[in-house]
Amino acid sequence: MRKLLATGVLALPLLAAPAAVFPALAEAGHGPKLLDTRFSFEGPFGTIDRAAAQRGFQIYKEVCAACHAMSLMSYRNLMDLGLSEAAVKGIAAEVQVEDVNDVGEKIERPGKPSDRFKKPFPNDAAAAAANGGAAPPDLSLIIKARPNGARYVFSLLQGYVDFDSLTDQQKAEFGLAKDYKLEEGKHFNIYFQPGEQGYKIGMAKPLSDGQVNYVDGSKNDLPSMARDVVTFLAWASEPHMEARKRTGVRVVLFLLIFAGMMYAVKRKIWADAH
Amino acid sequence: MASMQGKPPAFNSAVVRWIDKRLPIFTFMHHEYGVFPTPRNFNYWWSFGGIAMVMLITMIVTGIVLAMNYTPHVDYAFDSVERIRRDVPQGWLIQYMHMNGASFFFIAVFIHLFRGMYYGSYKNPRELLWMLGVVILLLMMATAFMGYVLPWGQMSFWGATVITNLFSAIPVFGEDIVTFLWGGFSVDNPTLNRFFSLHYLLPFVIVGVVVLHIAAMHVAGSNNPTGIDPRGPQDTLPFSPYYVTKDGYAVVVFLIFYAIFVFFAPDFFGEPDNYTKANPLQTPAHIVPEWYFLPFYAVLRSIPDKLGGVIAMFGAIGILFLLPWLDTSRVRSGRFRPMFKWFFWVFVIDCLVLGWVGGNPADAEISILGMHIPLLWIGRLATFWYYFHFLILLPLLGKIERPLPLPASIADSVLKPAAAR
Repeated sequence: MRKLLATGVLALPLLAAPAAVFPALAEAGHGPKLLDTRFSFEGPFGTIDRAAAQRGFQIYKEVCAACHAMSLMSYRNLMDLGLSEAAVKGIAAEVQVEDVNDVGEKIERPGKPSDRFKKPFPNDAAAAAANGGAAPPDLSLIIKARPNGARYVFSLLQGYVDFDSLTDQQKAEFGLAKDYKLEEGKHFNIYFQPGEQGYKIGMAKPLSDGQVNYVDGSKNDLPSMARDVVTFLAWASEPHMEARKRTGVRVVLFLLIFAGMMYAVKRKIWADAH
Repeated sequence: MASMQGKPPAFNSAVVRWIDKRLPIFTFMHHEYGVFPTPRNFNYWWSFGGIAMVMLITMIVTGIVLAMNYTPHVDYAFDSVERIRRDVPQGWLIQYMHMNGASFFFIAVFIHLFRGMYYGSYKNPRELLWMLGVVILLLMMATAFMGYVLPWGQMSFWGATVITNLFSAIPVFGEDIVTFLWGGFSVDNPTLNRFFSLHYLLPFVIVGVVVLHIAAMHVAGSNNPTGIDPRGPQDTLPFSPYYVTKDGYAVVVFLIFYAIFVFFAPDFFGEPDNYTKANPLQTPAHIVPEWYFLPFYAVLRSIPDKLGGVIAMFGAIGILFLLPWLDTSRVRSGRFRPMFKWFFWVFVIDCLVLGWVGGNPADAEISILGMHIPLLWIGRLATFWYYFHFLILLPLLGKIERPLPLPASIADSVLKPAAAR
């Protein structure tokens, strides 16, 4: 009897076990899967593709920077991407920076490598006002600030669809509500905030095939440019990523050897205790 | 302490003898960590106390360095943390060690706690030792919660808002208490300042309670996997060198796992939203606490009433204080408790289920064989089981369970199977 009781009470929580084993969430509003791709910086040994990141900076400078700030970055940081000091000085000098001179007057001077990237708007309110009420997010950390960030931004840049050309069936596939309406100034992006009233992004399609002409003559179709700019942003979100992984390899190797030695010592000490 | 009454060892150094005569710290160390008689049969689950200690020290050391570079102000906190990561030499390393160290501290402590539960380490005469441990857990939770607010990201801000708002459920004084906690009428600069101050203070309080925890352990002596008391020198080994080397090995192995996350997946335990600066005007779609709070978060959400939820959540930890008296079995170790053994693992699974439920949105559903089951109900079932385990099962098991025969001594249980081999 006791055993029976025990088995019965035992079986109860086991009913909940499949929930832990098959966490297939039936949640509505999942958008299309992100584009599948590999980046140079992924994995425990991945590094930043310097050439791609430099091209990505060119895209940021010529396209993104019109609306998106990168307030955590300084021009000097670009030297870590392999740009020469002279090149960085040149890039910094292209912008005019507000400053105060020796006698306390407000002045504008050419940028220096130690200056932060110049913001496109003086403050968030101005940024929002100029962009239909939604301030464009700062891109310094964007890759870390979104789930699966690199793939998300890569997909988002290629996720624009002309809403008016969608058939009713396609709209149904996206799970749009019957009364779905794309407001003036909004754009349809299949990766942006999926949902019945989702997919509405304030940013117009920022990149198109051949839009930026690379200095090094690399391929400039949309997927290549998206990859380049994502590589740049991934570097910007964590400039010490390579040092982190390199240090990690050394630390883990050290600890493995240390653990082996500790185990040997432990065995020797304990030999007479068993 | 019992072991302090032994004769002081003969120290070679005259300086050591001079100091020891006036302040017997060397004798103390010798008795408590040198020759301290420790059961010879610890398994590696016993190493997690020492591992937790190493993590506590790691957190304090990295935390002190971070505080040198951090600015506790709503306008600068987020950027100052990024400055530590980007511009402070090796700052990224210190910051990632601290951020992931919190998770690994909790991993060590949770394993330590479950070990105590399985082997009945809370039973007479170790009730106070256990309760001090629960106090440490509570202090750790408060410290971790306030630490998570400091980077002032979106999840910092909204987590702080949600959790501090829980206190408004307290009848009559609720709203006043929340205002008092905030230092104003919303989570703002005064909140960040006091959280920083307390986040720096509490770890040292934890150190104090850890000292008491260890002192209590040295009075009662350690429990061991058989749960029976040592009967003589043949049952114990001096702490040094036996457990210094064994725990040392365990610590290094634990550090390997810690290092893998620090260096190769530093954001694994974090939320992407916390890489966005706090914005009081924009609520994130899905507010989740850190993983170590998720089981308790699930308990909170499973009760439809706010005050009831808060009581159930704090009760889930509070009930641990009563554990020594809720468990009526005289046998300590789960090894010799055929029924308890099973329910212990059911309880572990129950906690994992609660954690999983807590990590999903409140209205999430799971589909099993075409049935849509709201996670809320799984959470409620798991919450019920959590309390059922402590309040009904443990008192009952002690009465109805027939324990297996206990070995005659620790040495017996260790050496006999070895001889048979």
